[in-house]
Amino acid sequence: MTAAPTETRPEPRVVRREALHFAVRNGKLVTGFAVVLVLLLTGLLGPLLLGSAPPNEYVAAPMLPPSAEHWFGTTTFGQDVFTQFVHGLRTTFAVGALGGGIAALIAMVVGFTAGYRGGLPDEALTMLTNVILVIPTLAVLLVVNAYLGVRGVAVQGLFIGLTSWPWAARAIRAQTFSLRTRDFVDLARLSGLGTGRIIAREIAPNMSSYLFMTFILLFGGSVLIASSLDFIGLGPTEGVSLGLMLQNATQWSALQLGLWWWFVPPGAAITAVVGALYVANVGLDEVFNPKLRTT
Amino acid sequence: MLTSDMLKLDNVTKTYRVGALGGKAVTAVDRVSFDVRAGEVVSLIGESGSGKSTIGRMILGLTPVTGGSITVAGAPVRPGRDYYRSVQGVFQDPFSCYNPVFKADRVFRLIKETYHPGVPEDEWAARVRAAVRDVRLNPGEVLGKYPHQLSGGQLQRMLIARALLLDLKLLVADEITSMLDASTRVDVLNLLADLKARGLAVLYVTHDLALGTYLAERTVVLWRGTVVERGPTEQVFGDPLHPYTRRLLAAVPRLHAPWEDAPEVRSCLYHDTGAVGGLAEATPGHFVACARLSDCQGDVS
Repeated sequence: MTAAPTETRPEPRVVRREALHFAVRNGKLVTGFAVVLVLLLTGLLGPLLLGSAPPNEYVAAPMLPPSAEHWFGTTTFGQDVFTQFVHGLRTTFAVGALGGGIAALIAMVVGFTAGYRGGLPDEALTMLTNVILVIPTLAVLLVVNAYLGVRGVAVQGLFIGLTSWPWAARAIRAQTFSLRTRDFVDLARLSGLGTGRIIAREIAPNMSSYLFMTFILLFGGSVLIASSLDFIGLGPTEGVSLGLMLQNATQWSALQLGLWWWFVPPGAAITAVVGALYVANVGLDEVFNPKLRTT
Repeated sequence: MLTSDMLKLDNVTKTYRVGALGGKAVTAVDRVSFDVRAGEVVSLIGESGSGKSTIGRMILGLTPVTGGSITVAGAPVRPGRDYYRSVQGVFQDPFSCYNPVFKADRVFRLIKETYHPGVPEDEWAARVRAAVRDVRLNPGEVLGKYPHQLSGGQLQRMLIARALLLDLKLLVADEITSMLDASTRVDVLNLLADLKARGLAVLYVTHDLALGTYLAERTVVLWRGTVVERGPTEQVFGDPLHPYTRRLLAAVPRLHAPWEDAPEVRSCLYHDTGAVGGLAEATPGHFVACARLSDCQGDVS
């Protein structure tokens, strides 16, 4: 009998290659990521291409509709909306990545530990999770606001990350709880694997699409929370973000004055980022779960 | 070592704490003692909830023991790399034993990573194929496939092949045939017979009497966490002394035979002989617990 060539290859590489094989053939995943990537590149490269002009500078006549000169028109004060838009995208991605990343990290550590160990660690961590869950974020932010005169994107992202993890931790804990009673976890222990490796190599891969979804939802959530905070005036005190653009547009009656080019781009971009991530997540589930594959 | 006992259980007890703050205790396994010798299959028979799987898990170190002691080749159970080199288990549900997101042959890969990291890849592949052939599977059919593409019998046999890649001394087979069809079941049982011939000690946990008698030299009958009867299989089944064993045997349906009630046990050997310490010895090696008749005196439970 001859060995199939795949037999001798180390397995993790095979899995990764296989996931990639199905990933590039998945329409939902590719579409979702393409939209996010285009907006991300706009945010990253746009400010470089536009030169060093600060986004809030008054550059043209006020209330100009979109033109070749000013792609997204100008505000009531003559600021270029497109310049604000690309800088705002960058801020929004930064807050999303920072807030979502911190929250996902805390959620995974808490969720895996509580779910796998059970008993007293579980009781303690669940209590902590529930306490954070019921903290009125807005009130805390007002207090923080009083202490910190100047707020930047990093502070905002950190704050969102530290307050938005509880639901994800609870979800991961529940999922881990159910997976750890499966026989393959026992079998991994009988193969000499320790707790950390069982979580990383047996439990986490089983919920990899779930974990990715958690990150996507936390990322999207951070973007939305940041936009909301900006909108009610608790955002960064300097710079520009999509939420701040929406706040300014509302404050200066863009809707009533018919300046649609002021609020539609940031609103559409927030919707597009969060929506595209959700679509990509549906595709990811099909990639990671061999049973859902159609080929 | 003087005794050839590979596995020895001595008054093993398991209590679970239940209720809001662990206020109540439930005894799942109560002072169970028996042993398994090298080159021997012992079947552990009991109904659902009798504690037989708990005993299997305690031997494998997956569940801690509350009281008593379990020794394997004279040493206490010490879960970890070295212990699992010689003690392995196969479980009831083959579909649950494989991580559904990975290919089924990953169970071999984990064994290599932990126990044989130095073995060259091609040599390891040859060993895996040999082990797979040992369990009468075609390597080309089962390697490189996902668990959902394989049958329960193939998966269960691959788990036995996995155990063969180690220096195995004791195998705990927990209901390994209960999810297989009748013909596959006999194939898997014959594999256990092969293991026995290799000198392994096998603890065969089952609720199925017919399968228990097929292989086992000795039988332990478990009832509500306690051993009610144990001894050589032909004696336990040929001359059952405990009312529970008789009920169990009477419950096996037979072809061309009308249903019969179990013959009644009229005297309690345990109290008749004045035995102490849980079990009375009826004939050499054949032990029976108190029959719990209405005229049994004192509390022995």
